[in-house]
Amino acid sequence: MADYEPVLLRNVGVDGSRTLDVYRARGGYKAAEKVVKDMTADDVIDEVKRAGLRGRGGAGFPAGVKWGFLPKGRKRTLLCVNADESEPPTFCNRVLMEHDPHQVIEGIIIAGYATRAQIAYVYMRVEFHEQFHIMQNAIDEAYAAGLLGKNILGSGYDLEVYVHRGAGAYVCGEETGLIESIEGKRGYPRIKPPFPAVEGLFRMPTVVNNVETLANLPHIIERGADWFLGIGTPSSAGPKLFCVCGPVNRPGCYEAPMTITCEELIMGDAFGRGMTDNLPVKAVFPGGTSMGVITGDELQMKMDFDDPRNFGMLGLGTAAAVVVNNKTDIRAVLRNVARFYALESCGQCTQCREGTNWMYRIASRIEHGAGRIEDLDLIEEVAGRMGMMPGLSICGLPDGATFPIQGIVRKFRGELEEHIANQEPGKAEAVLSVLN
Amino acid sequence: MAWQTINRNEPVFDADAPPVLSEAVREKIRSFFPRYDTKRAALLPALHVVQDTLGHVSWKAMAEIAEVLDIHPSDVFDTMSFYTHFWNHPKGEKTITACRSITCELLGGREVLDAIKKHLGIDEHETTPDGKYSLVTEECLAGCDHSPCMLINEKLHKRVRAADVPALLAAADNDKIDIPRSTLFDAPQESQRAGSGSADGKTDDQVGTNVAE
Repeated sequence: MADYEPVLLRNVGVDGSRTLDVYRARGGYKAAEKVVKDMTADDVIDEVKRAGLRGRGGAGFPAGVKWGFLPKGRKRTLLCVNADESEPPTFCNRVLMEHDPHQVIEGIIIAGYATRAQIAYVYMRVEFHEQFHIMQNAIDEAYAAGLLGKNILGSGYDLEVYVHRGAGAYVCGEETGLIESIEGKRGYPRIKPPFPAVEGLFRMPTVVNNVETLANLPHIIERGADWFLGIGTPSSAGPKLFCVCGPVNRPGCYEAPMTITCEELIMGDAFGRGMTDNLPVKAVFPGGTSMGVITGDELQMKMDFDDPRNFGMLGLGTAAAVVVNNKTDIRAVLRNVARFYALESCGQCTQCREGTNWMYRIASRIEHGAGRIEDLDLIEEVAGRMGMMPGLSICGLPDGATFPIQGIVRKFRGELEEHIANQEPGKAEAVLSVLN
Repeated sequence: MAWQTINRNEPVFDADAPPVLSEAVREKIRSFFPRYDTKRAALLPALHVVQDTLGHVSWKAMAEIAEVLDIHPSDVFDTMSFYTHFWNHPKGEKTITACRSITCELLGGREVLDAIKKHLGIDEHETTPDGKYSLVTEECLAGCDHSPCMLINEKLHKRVRAADVPALLAAADNDKIDIPRSTLFDAPQESQRAGSGSADGKTDDQVGTNVAE
């Protein structure tokens, strides 16, 4: 994979990559110009459909098909850009916005034109302070150059781009939670249907696309769908960003085709360059924590849209891998992951609000040496009774909460049982009186 | 000991006190209206602007935002209370947001957080008695390639070590970012103070120190 030439990250590390001049000098905005001047909206949709560009935000739904759900006779379309990247340990959108904001803006112009949107809202999590300033300055620069606003490049197409800053809620990365948040409400996901394409933001047909999905668009237009299909496999085509972090020698965001294995991502010279101090890998959360966990013996898993399911994972997710080495107590990992979802559950659906907190309490007492052997069955039972897949919740957050927790309990059951068996007698009562 | 009761006859804030939002702030909030179909959609931008102006969003500020947006004050509180970023009591001049998600924890985030607590003598959701620092924790800051990381106001500090904490917190410019800033969600120019988000919002709430949220 050493000969792979990055496309999405091609400007990272180039001097002045945030500026319009450098972006243009390196071939930027040619695709947007071609789109608004020479192509119809349907041409763009067809090309993106043909490329089979699957959404990079986590669900992997084909972007062109999503656009195709917009009603034919609609009067208005709104475009929302999902820059609420909050899934631990994902940071590829941050890298894109930080180093190459104009690539994202060009993607927004192309998606906006294809969906006939005249307003695009970039929903950015508030913790992205520096990235907000970079994006907003790039947007101002694009307005001044006639690339945004009225009559873009003399084509007659109008597009306003507004950044909408979030305020610290993971659930706003769910597309209808994001829509509610823009409307000035709690980020409570909506019951679907109606899907946003039919009734979304301000009850208008709405498309929500992830930053990385949009960053692919200029390249699909410029190089064609066949180029895109030539990378990776037919169902997982195109360039993809992968994050790798934790105790590895070179944590970072890397671009590769989706034929890469988890092992190569961690060990490869072009990627993570192996574990710090050469410690063995105990576990990896290869798709963001919510997709589930694999053990150090399952590193041959391919980082594509299909293979993770063969390893008991929910999917590829955000393709961000956090590696856990053999010095780490799996109980601490279980508790940390469980806490994330307990805190970030929006509280709308009972079994998610209660279930995530219940699992967190169980995980806490196991970590503190007060676990009971039946807790492992209990945590699995709680996990099995929540989520969208059994049809019990409004959004996918509880599914994302159960996969890593169930995964840890199933794949590391022996270790957890051993910890519980070796607990200090009498300590359980003392800890429980504090925790419960 | 008798039960402590809340005196419900005492208003949450003094409605007759002079307004806390200046005309410039109200105008800045209104400047977001053309972006959205509804006035209510300008609520998050309004909260950002008000928090930057006052240092926090007080009950009276909420009522005044509601007035500008033509919604009920309880709608403002309903939305505001959902998000962790907004405060309805004064906070320190600088807010430390320490990440405690999985990658940071694996690489020593807990030790860093303990070092901050020890150095400042405060716990999470508290403010130092001199009003300089407030401390909160947040889930993943999306800086996992630089773990452990934390924010001081807008500045993301990367690969923080527990041993570095005293020097880092002593540095006067530890909240300054070295890129051009956009003032879009800042306090309007007229009322802007040096630094962002300091606690001069003593207008209608008591300034508390070491108060839990």
